[in-house]
Amino acid sequence: MESATRLDVNHELTLQDFPYIVQWREDRCTRCGKCTAVCPQQAIEPSVFAQRLVYSQSDTPIPGVVRKVTHGIRQVTDIERYCVGCGICSLVCPNMAIAPFYNDKNKFLFHKNKDGSPYKRGGRRNDPTPSTLDKLKFTRISMLTDPALDAGRHEFHIRALLGRNLPPEQLPLREENGRLVSDENAFVPPVREIFPIRIGSMSIGALSPSMWEGLAMGITYLNEVEGMPVVMCSGEGGMPPRLLKSRFLKYFIPQIASGYFGWDEIIHSLPHMVEDPCAIEIKYGQGAKPGDGGLLMAYKVLKLIAGIRGVPMHVDLASPPTHQTKYSIEEAVAKMIQSMSMAWGFRVPVYPKISGSKTSQAVLNNLARNPYAAALCIDGEDGGTGAAYNVSMDKMGHPIASNIRDCYLDLVKQGKQNELPLIAAGGMGKTGNLAANAAAMIMLGASAVDIGKYILQAAGGCVGNEYNRCNLCNTGKCPRGITTQNPKLYRRLDPDKVAERVVEVFKSANVELKKIFAPMGRSTQLPIGMSDGLSAPDKAIADRLQITYAC
Amino acid sequence: MCRLAAITSENYFSPLENVLALETMKEGHDGSGLGLGLKDLGGPFEEFKAFPIMSGCSSKKGIQMLDDYMQGQGFQLKFNWEPRLRKVAGMEVQPKDHYFARAYDYPDNFKDQDKDQQENLLLQTRLALRKLGEVDQSLFVFSFYPDVLFMKEIGDPLVLADFWGLDDAKLTARVVLAQGRQNTNYAIYLYACHPFFIQGYCTMTNGENTAFVPIKEYLLGRKKPGYIGYNSDSEVFTHILHYSNRELKFPLTYYKDIITPLKDKEIEARPDASALKLLKKSLRPLCIDGPNCVIGFTPDGSVFVVQDSKKLRPCMVGGVKGKYAFMSETCGVDRVMPERDRSKDINPMKYDMVIISPGAQEVRVWNQLHG
Repeated sequence: MESATRLDVNHELTLQDFPYIVQWREDRCTRCGKCTAVCPQQAIEPSVFAQRLVYSQSDTPIPGVVRKVTHGIRQVTDIERYCVGCGICSLVCPNMAIAPFYNDKNKFLFHKNKDGSPYKRGGRRNDPTPSTLDKLKFTRISMLTDPALDAGRHEFHIRALLGRNLPPEQLPLREENGRLVSDENAFVPPVREIFPIRIGSMSIGALSPSMWEGLAMGITYLNEVEGMPVVMCSGEGGMPPRLLKSRFLKYFIPQIASGYFGWDEIIHSLPHMVEDPCAIEIKYGQGAKPGDGGLLMAYKVLKLIAGIRGVPMHVDLASPPTHQTKYSIEEAVAKMIQSMSMAWGFRVPVYPKISGSKTSQAVLNNLARNPYAAALCIDGEDGGTGAAYNVSMDKMGHPIASNIRDCYLDLVKQGKQNELPLIAAGGMGKTGNLAANAAAMIMLGASAVDIGKYILQAAGGCVGNEYNRCNLCNTGKCPRGITTQNPKLYRRLDPDKVAERVVEVFKSANVELKKIFAPMGRSTQLPIGMSDGLSAPDKAIADRLQITYAC
Repeated sequence: MCRLAAITSENYFSPLENVLALETMKEGHDGSGLGLGLKDLGGPFEEFKAFPIMSGCSSKKGIQMLDDYMQGQGFQLKFNWEPRLRKVAGMEVQPKDHYFARAYDYPDNFKDQDKDQQENLLLQTRLALRKLGEVDQSLFVFSFYPDVLFMKEIGDPLVLADFWGLDDAKLTARVVLAQGRQNTNYAIYLYACHPFFIQGYCTMTNGENTAFVPIKEYLLGRKKPGYIGYNSDSEVFTHILHYSNRELKFPLTYYKDIITPLKDKEIEARPDASALKLLKKSLRPLCIDGPNCVIGFTPDGSVFVVQDSKKLRPCMVGGVKGKYAFMSETCGVDRVMPERDRSKDINPMKYDMVIISPGAQEVRVWNQLHG
């Protein structure tokens, strides 16, 4: 036996250290080479195996030995080329000969920091345990006390209000001959009626042109054909100039963030706009990486993106963690809201989006006193991102449920719960229960919820999961063509199919929301803050959210 | 389900008429309680119309507490009425020692104050007494307002009417609202018994209020004294009426527009569309979503009924000029007004608000679609 000290592979990792192990079946493989060609990580490669076969051809066993060279697939043990488990090899394999399997005993995080560079990735938080939202149940069913509504027969109005709602005392109303008359010249803040599930901020840049276009077509169809006012936020990265100047702009929420990417184009399009946008979102934080700025890595800054954002190609585009031209909450929030409101003549609701944090209420109370603030969007720790440090995604941030609940109850205390709508983001539909999660959030006090990862999975076929599967969003190597700017990859994704799926997702969520609200006797107004409808099977959660405990 | 029985008349009548109407509708309620709301009082109270009347019930200790408190505040007792309690079979609870209605004169320093200040004093007094009495449930105060009287107890309405001797008492009024059941959705408790009252406004409701918690939280946020309690999910209907008509000074019909707003397309056809659009958003949390029929009266003595936006609860209005009945069922109207022309009965539907002017002189069916 050779001494271990002489093992020249001792510095290498073993396959057991890796999060996914590729299982390849020699008996099924046709050696077509598709899997190695398609692997975004080059984690597998064609390889040569030397085999020693022992056999006998005589009547009595006389073992003979033959040495043979065969070809096959080998998984590499280079940490930079680790198998991400995306499974695209299985997708292209004609013979079901190859598939990656999760290795729960992996030691990936011990090694994924070569050159002193911490692990960066896209995707989600990688926490497969059930979220608080998934634990909540709807327990107040009106049965004999109320002839239950029929989700299929009765008329439902499932709409949220986005914008600053004045209290009745401040409305410009007077009575004339027994009727109320409003003063048409008085200023009333703009309020939009939208579907309570929105597509949250994901930029062109983070998303491929095919994916972004598919989402945009989907929501336009929902508005124009299905009569569902679903809206979508641009993310930080601008919008296509033609869209800015089109009548469809009203379905979009351009986002401005600390890098101001894309805003040169937006400002220049202003005189040519034929419609106002739905709203303007000012991004201060992201639930996936609170306190950290946006990041579009250089591999994704290709010609189209550089053009829309007004930047050179092939450079990392980092947005600072804060809006650096402003220094305090008063400045950063109040002045930004004023500036943006003014740009559209105070006809467009302007609101900030922050990351979930124990400090959310401080921001909320600042907004409650600002008569131009149109809403507050809070992105919880389960939000996704295109690129972030693993440690930020895994360990930083605040769960959304209690954060929104605290903010709502704070507004209730001030009697302003109808004035400033709360929008919840981060982890909606994390395990696929989109409508249930949205309804629970609404009953805890949110007016609307944002989805990101959910729609990428449902409409684009994103393969990511909570076991760090794929999560290549930051690398430009998205095997589905969702988060890449490489034309070879994004041509895999058909924008029309994405749009079709977007429509299907929202229509089915609409039906499911009715199926939740109908038995609870709610149909004409969104049950915002109807906390008596909810129960948790966990006493601590129930107490914290001020809902009932049921078991 | 509960049953509602309201009568408005130009002549004084006994609340027993309402109780008998409830009895005819008994298949529709469980007879678990009775609440009576009387306005424009006759009989012994006719000569005390200018004086606020405190109505409620109490133990011996409670009545002492009431006396001490009222004396301390400078109210002078003008008249004390208590029903002559009979021993009856079938009482469900231990009767209280006192069921009372007492007319007081204002404290000296309030006699010349304007109506608003006097009404606020009455409200604060009622709330203070409620707080005092609720600790050991020795005192329940239902109203403290001129020319208004409430009686409530747990049990079968007819048994209670007998217990209070309503057939014999000279207690009469021109408007009486009666409701035959205790709480719909929450614990059985005297303060959860309809009709509810605040500063001249009174309502009672049939049906569950599925939006109770958001509405309650919104009302609590108005920080108005009196927007408290909510032992019943129906109490909010009274406070919404008070808020819209008294606090916001909106005409009465906007109550309907607030609790059951029209669809946006329907609003376009209203002459006051732009005001309605603003109201719908601004008062969105006050939109009721459950199956509800709300009957109420306002300080001027108008009696009205509104239905939820899907019209899921029954109500029938019938009568002749000078006397009308609002009943959950036609048999209830028949009991009170057997000789009316039934073809003129009104069955209020989802857009309707039926308002009958004081003295039952004029019936107005206001249609929300046309405003």
